[in-house]
Amino acid sequence: MINATTALKAESRDLNFFYSNGNQALKSVSMPLYENNITALIGPSGCGKSTFLRCFNRMHDLYPGNKYEGQIVMHPDNTNILEAGVDPIEVRMRISMVFQKPNPFPKSIFENVAYGLRVRGEKNKRTVADKVEEALKGAALWNEVKDRQQDLAFNLSGGQQQRLCIARALATDPEIMLFDEPTSALDPIATANIEELMSELKNKLTILVVTHNMQQAARVSDYTAYMYLGELMEYGDTDTIFTRPTRKETEDYITGKFG
Amino acid sequence: MNSATTMPNQSTSLPISSRLAKNVRRNVKERVIELILMLAALSAVFTTFAIVAILLYESLGFFKVVSIVDFFTDTQWTPLFEDAHYGIMPLVSGTLTTSAVALAVAVPVGTIAAIYLSEFASHKAREIVKPMLELLVGVPTIAFGYFALLFVTPLLQKMFPELPGFNMLSAGIVMGVMIVPYIASVAEDAMRAVPMSMREGSYAMGATRFQTAIRVVTPAAVSGIVAAYILAISRAVGETMVVAVAAGQQPTLTFNPMEGAATITAYIVQVAMGDLPHGSIGYQSIFAAGLVLFALTLGFNIIGHIVRKKYREQY
Repeated sequence: MINATTALKAESRDLNFFYSNGNQALKSVSMPLYENNITALIGPSGCGKSTFLRCFNRMHDLYPGNKYEGQIVMHPDNTNILEAGVDPIEVRMRISMVFQKPNPFPKSIFENVAYGLRVRGEKNKRTVADKVEEALKGAALWNEVKDRQQDLAFNLSGGQQQRLCIARALATDPEIMLFDEPTSALDPIATANIEELMSELKNKLTILVVTHNMQQAARVSDYTAYMYLGELMEYGDTDTIFTRPTRKETEDYITGKFG
Repeated sequence: MNSATTMPNQSTSLPISSRLAKNVRRNVKERVIELILMLAALSAVFTTFAIVAILLYESLGFFKVVSIVDFFTDTQWTPLFEDAHYGIMPLVSGTLTTSAVALAVAVPVGTIAAIYLSEFASHKAREIVKPMLELLVGVPTIAFGYFALLFVTPLLQKMFPELPGFNMLSAGIVMGVMIVPYIASVAEDAMRAVPMSMREGSYAMGATRFQTAIRVVTPAAVSGIVAAYILAISRAVGETMVVAVAAGQQPTLTFNPMEGAATITAYIVQVAMGDLPHGSIGYQSIFAAGLVLFALTLGFNIIGHIVRKKYREQY
């Protein structure tokens, strides 16, 4: 299941995070992110997994008063992306994100996917159209929408909207894609589609996914991290975590005795 | 059939226990409250209907004397002169020109202010700027009128020496400034109502604050922003004191803001202040002018309603 050549794409080192109200949401989290692999973050609500995920694209910068301590080192740059001299916009151009609830823009299907290219100043119509098509194909949405790309994105079903958001994130060729509970608002069939898509996407990029669904973590991920109360309790390859967890707490959570 | 799952027999009506009987006192109280609430809501509707009815009734007398064709095609409005002309167009042109100048100022400034307040200002800055902006609403419009006449017009005359003392440009600009808080406030509310998840989606794509504000938040809030513009148009078309004081009282068929001209409202206030005999044609002309004003505002409101429906918020 694990790729033979597992290069490090990014890693967090002693990462602490404080919300503006002073709450420490992450406590010294150190964890690797392997290239072309899917890493799943599991744990009960409020354990800090979404907070951790959102550190990777500096999403917390949008709200004043939040504070990071420690490092998230991105490779091959070997740069701590939390450093003050790093531009969060540059980070977000390389690390994209798919949210819990599909959040398409009030634009056409085409313009939603083209958004990332537009904000990067891409003017060439041909290039934009090609990239949009490629991204829609990559998100397994092309066949459903190719004849109605000028329709408003809100007219799509929930599952289609989420795949549209994946296409939007794909269009700019990101290196890492963050998924924040991407299927929690979707029905089982749409969920299966997204999971299949993630397994395909990892050939192109590195994935970090937060999920509440234990079966989902077991199905799609190569590595799994169990978090509790802002701490990383256990990390390992998914098979080991789910069959022979070393910690009692992990086993209790996975088997449903807790959480 | 299992007796535990059968429906109760409906044919025999049972006596109603006193503990479950209708509570007459409570029901009456509820009805009375409902009636009071409904009357409060209907008072506005009744007032509107009453105004429309009076406008129509009095205009009817006017249109017995003046043909509708003359009313809309005559290029002069001189109902009080010996040689009376009853062409409403000079007043309409004055109203439309001052309103256009006002909107040319208020729409860009108000929209930009709304974008700043909603997307860029820190919490602290908004707490200071917004009340200050809303303070403008409290300034009496007569003060704005004299501000236009005695301050803005002389200032403009330094740039355009041939500008007359009464002109629509000055009145329109000041009226525009007066309307800015309306647009800023309503448009800002609409923008702030755009869910944060949509902004996050944009930022996550590497967009800047400005790109997010212009490309995502503004289109998402367009229905509320249009509502703000409609409110502004209605204010501009109906504004009286600023134009009566600063734009002049002479009905002139012109769309050139560098000239002076009376608006519909300015004519009404001018004539209403004189002592016209009740039932005279001059008296009735006020109502005809008022009817046109009402139709103009209604027309803009309908257009706004259609535009809003077309771009309804969908998130």
